[in-house]
Amino acid sequence: MINFTQEAGFGLRRRKRAEARFQWAGRGAILISLAFLVIMFASIIGNGAGVIWQSQIAVTVDLSAEEIDPENIGDASFNSLVKKGLRDAFPEVEKRKEKKRLYGLVSTEAAFEVERQIQANPELLGGMQTLWVTASDDADLYISGQVDTDLPEVKRRVSDAEIAMLDKLLEEGLARETFNRGFFTNGDSREPEIAGILSSLMGSALTLLVCFALSFPLGIGAAIYLEEFAPKNRMSDLIEVNINNLAAVPSIVFGLLGLSIFLGYMGLPRSTPLVGGMVLALMTLPTIIIASRAALRSVPPSFKEAALALGATPVQAIFHHVLPVAMPGMLTGAIVGMAQALGETAPLLMIGMVAFIVDVPTSVLEPATALPVQIFLWADAPERAFTEKTAAAIIVLLTFLILMNLIAILLRRKLETRF
Amino acid sequence: MSVRLKTLAATTVLTAAIAAPAIARDQINIVGSSTVFPFSTTVAERFGKSTDFATPIVESTGSGGGLKLFCSGAGVDTPDITNASRRIKSSEVELCAENGVNDIVEVKIGFDGIVLANAVGDAPVELTLQEIFLALAKDVPSGEGETQPNPYTMWNEINPDLPAVKIEVLGPPPTSGTRDAFAELALEGGCKTFDWIKAMKKEDKSAYKSLCHTVREDGAYVEAGENDNLIVQKLEANPDAFGVFGYSFLEQNSDKVQGSLVGGVAPEFELIADGDYPIARSLYFYVKKDHVGVVPGIEEFLAEFTSEDAWGEDGYLADKGLIPLSDDERSDWAEKVKSLSPLSM
Repeated sequence: MINFTQEAGFGLRRRKRAEARFQWAGRGAILISLAFLVIMFASIIGNGAGVIWQSQIAVTVDLSAEEIDPENIGDASFNSLVKKGLRDAFPEVEKRKEKKRLYGLVSTEAAFEVERQIQANPELLGGMQTLWVTASDDADLYISGQVDTDLPEVKRRVSDAEIAMLDKLLEEGLARETFNRGFFTNGDSREPEIAGILSSLMGSALTLLVCFALSFPLGIGAAIYLEEFAPKNRMSDLIEVNINNLAAVPSIVFGLLGLSIFLGYMGLPRSTPLVGGMVLALMTLPTIIIASRAALRSVPPSFKEAALALGATPVQAIFHHVLPVAMPGMLTGAIVGMAQALGETAPLLMIGMVAFIVDVPTSVLEPATALPVQIFLWADAPERAFTEKTAAAIIVLLTFLILMNLIAILLRRKLETRF
Repeated sequence: MSVRLKTLAATTVLTAAIAAPAIARDQINIVGSSTVFPFSTTVAERFGKSTDFATPIVESTGSGGGLKLFCSGAGVDTPDITNASRRIKSSEVELCAENGVNDIVEVKIGFDGIVLANAVGDAPVELTLQEIFLALAKDVPSGEGETQPNPYTMWNEINPDLPAVKIEVLGPPPTSGTRDAFAELALEGGCKTFDWIKAMKKEDKSAYKSLCHTVREDGAYVEAGENDNLIVQKLEANPDAFGVFGYSFLEQNSDKVQGSLVGGVAPEFELIADGDYPIARSLYFYVKKDHVGVVPGIEEFLAEFTSEDAWGEDGYLADKGLIPLSDDERSDWAEKVKSLSPLSM
């Protein structure tokens, strides 16, 4: 007779140890991936957080009628007004090279900023006014404490003379750090201190809009037909295999396709969100079809059968009874697909969206770029101050990705019925 | 609106969008080199702000890619200007001509120095072009007319005065224009210091080129991608390694990296401008003459680019790291641009 107690207990301790080992290994794996995530986030946030603050310098400019004609504000030379204001603040600066350094403390945008402040508020005219203008990127690096003053002068971006001038300004309260609104309201720029993400953010939004408008109805239509109506034969098997293959095709291939068909054959305008959205729609279509089919499959057949039994046509049964139940799953699939599309750069390279674009696009036919492209371009820029911008743009992109995924999860939690 | 009407409307809109002909542009379209990109965009931005014209769109496609797009046709749906970190090749001029692009205006805008740098620490290293060639070429001479696979693993094996550290150079991949220029100026420059190799150039040009331009693949030269900022970061982390990148990145990161002296000359602004520093290349852009007057603002954009305010010795492009041409060359080129005189090879 078999002694079950003995047999069942055979090697029990060893087997339990193996189980514990496996569980610890699992916890270790999670811990390591979490640690990587934390390191990544910490370094990006550490690099990018500084973008919230922007340095400004106060310049006293002469806005009397001799300098500016109140009837014709645009005709005045604001550049020389700002330069004169700086020279008045530092009368001891005389040599040409030193003057160049002095003018370099403020951004090249300063003249435009003065003009805009006056246009918005003409009462400023008619006397001396102290106006705040954006500091240059190097001055900003010093004011925010990112310049190591212990290094010899030749190895620093900011010279001793510039440091002396900035220290004087800081002491007199003529230099300050304020909230950097420009980062969220400006387009791209070659000057790091005024470069913003609005143009690329709008570009991404318009591109995704086109992408969603094309891929969602098409994807759902294809999924419904394939899942519910298509005859099961060789042909439909072939289509199914190809859709699954398409989901794994590298995205650059879709870019090439877009280049030859949308730009070459159809003659659509280059660098526009319309073409970008069309290319990304091709890319997300398989994802949406696969997710939508899975959602349709998860609806119990009894729903459809009951509707058919009560006299509904197959189309009515699907659209009135199956589709509403499957919709949350389809939307989730679409949002995940959109999130993928949001992070894509490779296909955009081919259709000319990897570009320097200052103006904020307002329609899908205006040239635009996208958020990940902006990150790529800033990461490649030589100016040191762009490091901060790059990290900040990554934070913005990650925030949107997390938001989209969160919405997908919430939708699933809230609306999906389980059977 | 009934469902059918809606569908009809949607279809009409979609068809209209697809059938619409290429839309006339009101902004200049620029493509090309990623090295010229920072300069071209700076001018574009200023041009957009200071005139009533729309800000030109500048795409970063690489020199080769840019010229391919530029030469793909003469219509307004093709780029007006392409930037290049090398001169246009005769094969590209032919391609242009085949596609109806006949009158091209060439503009040389300045120089870009290529530096060999390491992390700050000890004094900068002094190298000759020959030493760079011996350190990085795939095959090196082992006697008159003989070559051998590169045997050097340490810098001091090449020259006892050099530091006793492993040869490890981070540089751009073969797709990069910087790499082409580095191979042509530094490696070939060092290669032809051997008399018998120089003699070979006349007899067997392709063998000469493959000997002088081929970079070793045994791990001493590490392809570190197109991003020069990344190379600077890696040099900071690895003080024994050297990196190959453009001068503007050295200028911006002078607290982190230092440029090696080549042939006794340091990579400094004035020395590159005077032509003393041996590894410097010219930067260009090319304009379609037929588009002048068709796409608004091209003439004004050219005038802005070639103004002393922009490309002069104290211009804003010099602040961005462009090394200006000499005074004479600048006025020559500005004259050519003004009269839109076509390219001659």
